[in-house]
Amino acid sequence: MGPPSPFLQFEDVTKTYPGVTALSGVSFGVGTGSVHALMGENGAGKSTLLKTLSGSHAPTSGRLRLDGVPHVFQSTADALAAGVAVIYQELHLVPGMTVAENIYLGHLPARRGLVDRASLRAQAAAQLRRLGEDIDPDTLLADLPIGQRQMVEIAKALSRGARVIAFDEPTSSLSAREIGKLFTVIRDLRAQGCVILYVTHRMEEIFKLCDACTVLRDGRHVRTYATLDGVTPAGLVQDMVGRDIADVFGYAPRPHGAPALEAGGLLGCGLSAPVSLSVAQGEILGLFGLIGAGRTELMKLLFGAEPLTGGTVRVHGRPVPLRSPGDAIAAGLAYCTEDRKRDGIVPILSVMENCNVSARPAHVRLGCLIDDAWEQANARQQIDSLKVRTPSLTQLIKHLSGGNQQKVILGRWLSTNIRVLLLDEPTRGIDIGAKSDIYQIIFRLAREGAGIVVVSSDLPEVLGLADRVAVMREGAISAIFTRAEATPERVLAAALPLEKTTAA
Amino acid sequence: MSSPAGKPASPFLTLLDRAGMQLILGALILVCWLTVRNFGSPENIMNLLLQVSTVGIVATTMLFCLASGNFDLSVGTLIPAGGVLCALVLRHGGGLLLATGTALAFGALVGLVNGVVVARLKINALITTLSTMMMVRGIAFVFADGKSIGIGNETMLNLANAAFPVFRSSSGTVLFQITLPVWICLGLFGLFGFILQRTTFGRNTLAIGGNEEAARLAGINVNRVKITIFTMQGAVAALAGVLLAARLGIGDPKTAQGSELSIISACVLGGVSLSGGIGRMSYVIAGVFIMGIVENAMNLLNIDSFYQYIVRGAILLGAVMLDCLKQRS
Repeated sequence: MGPPSPFLQFEDVTKTYPGVTALSGVSFGVGTGSVHALMGENGAGKSTLLKTLSGSHAPTSGRLRLDGVPHVFQSTADALAAGVAVIYQELHLVPGMTVAENIYLGHLPARRGLVDRASLRAQAAAQLRRLGEDIDPDTLLADLPIGQRQMVEIAKALSRGARVIAFDEPTSSLSAREIGKLFTVIRDLRAQGCVILYVTHRMEEIFKLCDACTVLRDGRHVRTYATLDGVTPAGLVQDMVGRDIADVFGYAPRPHGAPALEAGGLLGCGLSAPVSLSVAQGEILGLFGLIGAGRTELMKLLFGAEPLTGGTVRVHGRPVPLRSPGDAIAAGLAYCTEDRKRDGIVPILSVMENCNVSARPAHVRLGCLIDDAWEQANARQQIDSLKVRTPSLTQLIKHLSGGNQQKVILGRWLSTNIRVLLLDEPTRGIDIGAKSDIYQIIFRLAREGAGIVVVSSDLPEVLGLADRVAVMREGAISAIFTRAEATPERVLAAALPLEKTTAA
Repeated sequence: MSSPAGKPASPFLTLLDRAGMQLILGALILVCWLTVRNFGSPENIMNLLLQVSTVGIVATTMLFCLASGNFDLSVGTLIPAGGVLCALVLRHGGGLLLATGTALAFGALVGLVNGVVVARLKINALITTLSTMMMVRGIAFVFADGKSIGIGNETMLNLANAAFPVFRSSSGTVLFQITLPVWICLGLFGLFGFILQRTTFGRNTLAIGGNEEAARLAGINVNRVKITIFTMQGAVAALAGVLLAARLGIGDPKTAQGSELSIISACVLGGVSLSGGIGRMSYVIAGVFIMGIVENAMNLLNIDSFYQYIVRGAILLGAVMLDCLKQRS
């Protein structure tokens, strides 16, 4: 008798977004009565896989089987009906409603169109008891601590009769005690025959809680361990990082000059400890960290986009007052944001308009009149030298591909007198061809003497570009490595969260 | 997400997008000319131009407000308040310049308050300007003691009716003339149209309306631009009030009720986006004249003002739906 076929089976699940393949032929199975860990770097495809499981994004091709029955979920309602619930990091609950109402949101027990309060309360209390929780169902959700809210979310899944429950980094905002409680509940669910898929970055949680593990990398399935016996953290990291960092980047050492950017003791929103770093002229500093480690917050502080509550910033040795992005630009700083669509491009304006907006004040006549000749010439020159593919300068930027939009934003900053370039996820959502163009632009700017900071969640990208690598963890810099020291294992180890002592 | 080549939008929408309102305006003029008695008479044209001048003047700066993604209701009461203040200063023996200057300064001050509250305190522009609108109405009534104030200053009255060019019949009656308020309206069309298209301030206004956070991170001083826009808007609304009062010979706290909505609907009707980032003076001109002509034609046809409200409301709703349709395409 062979092993029973797993209850939940992913079959060749592929998901492509315009220009990006997020998942490519992922197949693995998860059996009942086990807690199955799902691991991978940022962007490895974990979230996308959960979205196909929850029905919020239908896969481009492939399907999953539940107890042998094939499914392709088109909506979350489909998934819930089939007994699948995903519990996200940000809980999907209504703070202004009671616990009971939240648990039965969308399927409130009713009689002739009126909510049946008594049975709502009784059923909710029963669901909570199943989790060993002693919460009054009439409490307002907003009055509960985060750990209990998560229990409400789990009760909500159970009230739908969920047999498959996926957790997306459930412990990231819990205290050690709450984590212990959560683990107890998850083990109970396992004993009750639920299938648990558990996404996490925390190595020790896997060995404490999980029975099996699947590693994804670059949207592909790397391997599935049916048992964790004999598996080591180092082995898992190796699986996650995997590929050799082939020299697709064309890195060549450059001479470094005097400091371009010196930041000392920076404090502000998103940082947990004073941050100091420096970048020399001609140097590329990689800044690695998991999502939420404070990288973007640090960039915004350096650029004057969020107020500094402490510390100093010097550019080419001169202190810079950072009251606004305007101050930063005047000092020679430039910042390409992480989310181009949200805070990089002005979508309904032209390529030329988007390219010239920051340098324009230095090229106007009589203090305010637009110099058409300069506008045309500058935009044309940037478009040509950065190889932006656009039918015309007046094309609205929203019609360009992500890579070309990013090049226009780079052109915006190359038009200014740039001394320090802060790049936040410069190649996110960009196809391979444009990526390598952007790497070449970064190297060229460094050769020309700019100091460059590259923030990236893509470890190979950081290691391929950087002369030095700074790693952030939980709002502070946890390590700085030279290029020679910066092995994937070391960098990732410095980025992964410190172990929390759990009570479980 | 469409590729650079993109699939072509429907020809109807493209045309609507490019010059739709100008075409509708042209058709409207033609239809009215042919079907509405007296529409094309020089007297009516003069009347029409004068009628639209108040809305037209304020719409020039409302364009900036909307283009930056904001909204200003307080203009509706700044128009009467400007007129009342001007008449009051004149009554107390102030000169023409002092009277006009006081009204403009008051308008600018109200606009400054709007701007600071909206930009710095980040309070919704609708609520902010709704509040100041009510306050300014109260202030106008307090200043005027609830009554309208007559303007006795000859220079002021003459200036409001100063005209160029003037065509007279052989018997000496005026056949056609363009008076100062109309010239000021046309001048402001040109001036603010130029500012929007050709200056950093104008381009920054559109960038803020298009994506405020991107504009801020591109180094634009967003707060300063917004505050400037609201201040300009206040001063220009007060100027429109002064001209209206001078034309009518009284500063009346009860005039121009609901004009804020006529102004905003004219802009939106012309194609200025309510969500910001899209706007040109040519849109505003088309919108102002379409609204003005419809109103004028209804008056000539002796349509009851009750029905006029219904028509004006329907036109506004249609314009907003059109805006929504264009955003989606």
